[in-house]
Amino acid sequence: MSNIQNQNITSNMIVQAITANRLSDGYVVYLTERNSWSEQIEDCQAIDDLAVADDLLRRAERRAADDLVVGPYLFKIDNQGGQPVPLGRREILRTTGPSVGTDLDRR
Amino acid sequence: MALIKHGKLADNIWHDTDEFAELQALAPLGPVIVDLDIWRQHRDEILAQIARIGGRIGLRLTPGQTPDLVAADLDHFELIELQFAKFTDGRAYSQARLLRGRHGFKSELRASGDILRDQLTFMLRCGFDSFLVATDHQAEAILEAVEEFAHWYQPALDQGATIPALRRRIHGAAGASTADCAAAWAY
Amino acid sequence: MYRYDEFDHAFVAERVEQFRGQVARRIAGELTEDAFKPLRLMNGLYLQLHAYMLRVAIPYGTLSARQMRKLAYIARTHDRGYGHFTTRQNIQFNWPKLDDVPTILDELADVEMHAIQTSGNCIRNTTADPLAGVAADEIDDPRVYAEIIRQWSTLHPEFSFLPRKFKIAVTGSPNDRAVTRGHDIGLRMHRDLQGRPGFEVMVGGGQGRTPIMAKTIRNFLPVDHLLSYLEAVLRVYNQLGRRDNIYKARIKILVQSEGAEKFAELVEAEWLQIRDNAVDLPMEERDRIAAYFAPPRYDDLPDVCPALDLAIAADRRFAAWVESNVVAHKQPGYAIATISLKPHGGIPGDASADQMDAVATLSEKFGFGELRVSYKQNLILPDVAKADLLALWRALDGLDLGTANAGRISDIIACPGLDYCNLANARSIPIAQRISERFTDLQRERDIGDISLNISGCINACAHHHVANIGILGVNKNGTEFYQVTLGGVATEDAAVGAIIGPAFDEWQIADAVEDIVDVYLHQRQTDETFIETYQRIGPQPFKETLYGTDQARQAG
Repeated sequence: MSNIQNQNITSNMIVQAITANRLSDGYVVYLTERNSWSEQIEDCQAIDDLAVADDLLRRAERRAADDLVVGPYLFKIDNQGGQPVPLGRREILRTTGPSVGTDLDRR
Repeated sequence: MALIKHGKLADNIWHDTDEFAELQALAPLGPVIVDLDIWRQHRDEILAQIARIGGRIGLRLTPGQTPDLVAADLDHFELIELQFAKFTDGRAYSQARLLRGRHGFKSELRASGDILRDQLTFMLRCGFDSFLVATDHQAEAILEAVEEFAHWYQPALDQGATIPALRRRIHGAAGASTADCAAAWAY
Repeated sequence: MYRYDEFDHAFVAERVEQFRGQVARRIAGELTEDAFKPLRLMNGLYLQLHAYMLRVAIPYGTLSARQMRKLAYIARTHDRGYGHFTTRQNIQFNWPKLDDVPTILDELADVEMHAIQTSGNCIRNTTADPLAGVAADEIDDPRVYAEIIRQWSTLHPEFSFLPRKFKIAVTGSPNDRAVTRGHDIGLRMHRDLQGRPGFEVMVGGGQGRTPIMAKTIRNFLPVDHLLSYLEAVLRVYNQLGRRDNIYKARIKILVQSEGAEKFAELVEAEWLQIRDNAVDLPMEERDRIAAYFAPPRYDDLPDVCPALDLAIAADRRFAAWVESNVVAHKQPGYAIATISLKPHGGIPGDASADQMDAVATLSEKFGFGELRVSYKQNLILPDVAKADLLALWRALDGLDLGTANAGRISDIIACPGLDYCNLANARSIPIAQRISERFTDLQRERDIGDISLNISGCINACAHHHVANIGILGVNKNGTEFYQVTLGGVATEDAAVGAIIGPAFDEWQIADAVEDIVDVYLHQRQTDETFIETYQRIGPQPFKETLYGTDQARQAG
């Protein structure tokens, strides 16, 4: 379920989500509404309030060791047809994997 | 804080001061560690005080202070403390090598600051023999690290024979003993 | 090849066990990421965009067939079936799992390999001329000295927490195939008047944000003083190098701020104090190591090979491959063959596990079981009998490894870029693919001739774009990738840094821009001039005019 669909987001609002890498394999994970971590960006918690975002990030940082994730940080997302889509090439690549071949096994 | 000295937990008898006045109040003087500024400003008074009433003095160098600055005074110090402000700042390794190897400093060489378990062997090999760390628990943990390697490639200030020296021994060429290696390294 | 003795084996095994303990403590939560990071980096383990990346050292670029098979096994068993060969003669695996890494390191130790010091602010894997031991112009084998440096620098107690990373390159020839001036220390061999070998010591080279070519601080260092002199350089740097700003922490900045002459004085003063103590290896230990690099048992062959000449005459594609990928060997009847890891449209430097296995087998069949990795991200079979070249090429061709483009425009050096790398600002690989697809015509590539084109995805310049004839640097402007072009860089003994030609291109314009640059060269060149010779003669202006139009070029110029 995509959480972004349930929210009334206007176009000029800054919407963010929190991502990290999983300690065991380094794979990309996203913080969900239930404060767990998911490999699917569709599960991410979309945050449209800057103060809330900072607060959640601090909490995620504090819990990183217990959650077995590394280096949580905020990134900007956009709502495209109800799907959270990261802004910027770097975060797009983190959701899709390398844009070039050879990694047919990914996910 | 916990002190490891010569491979064991030990009591820290040394006192720190940044104030010369505080130093003067001690009778007999010390054991007290002063920084390079105090030493340079009050060297003669401190030595006079020790001569008069006895005492023990140690010196703390910051990572940027080369041991050459105090090369002539080393006999006065019963301890020199070198600081690792961050574990990534490796200047104190060179300071230690120079103090021990080049300037012949024989007394306690102490590491303080950000000391990690996995750096202890490097410190020992550079001539440190005491370590001031945050907790007893940390002290015990870092002592485990000492036994991880039997031999090393390059000569340093520890007593073990290097791998090239051991090879020469085995391959029958002019073999160098452990003592030869350590002696040859003293420069 | 060097072989581990019981001490090397024990040391690497101890290192693996130490890292196994560190990983266990990290997973158990006893080590924070901040404390673990420098430990994993000094074992070659990065955390990249999508996963961990393990960088394995291939010391001075020399591999046995057995080692290559082990790399294939690791790629297949612990990764996703491929590996990436880098400009520093390392191989990178892009998908290892953290708790698998100690096991991978165990596997590597089985074949006398490791990942020690492939990252971190320490002395990195020492690189060397990939043609060491077989090049006709060689004075002495640089691998002997690179191996001596490898051992001396491994877990050095004083130099493992330097201000910044430290890279050493060695060449045994006057012709530089190891970009020695692009390293923190470059060592180039010469002979003195008595004919004894020694090194010209160059210090303070590096690419990155501030590309600088190393300065010679000593014209001739007798080989038996190599380690004490290196120790003197490192001790001066460890004490005086800047630690307040990561971008000013490399030794090149120290050499620049002190001046090369003053820096040389500091080093010489330090060296005087230590030159006669135990750090310098006794000659018998040097000779022991040198004996491992004795040449293989070559057959006594005539240098002229009529079968090869016939094959060249009969097959245009084979002829082109021989022309670009085969160079002269010092042994009569033998040749050095480059295996291109740059198929048109492929990922520069990548090899699949199957390709690695196949190349290992070919090296046994045609090349005494030895392989090299070049800084140009290709593989090399250093000892192929000329009569075997055709059979070798046919086998390579069937593996998509027979591209005739060594030293040509599609022999592109590219870093992993933003497709993998955490530091990158832009992608490199797709740009390399698009450009190389423009130059699939064999005749056109031959016509363009010797040229270098390197693509880095960020200012760290892992692909050496500064010293490429055509350098491409990926930059990020508000989340969009752009590509800045430099022209005129040279990586060989006359090393030079290229100059930015003008405003950057977007990802769809950049391949056109490269074609335009090549067209300017083809129109302007005089007989037999290479690209760089033409550029040095006519300068940047004709290129600017073609790329940006006359008006804009004047403004940009």
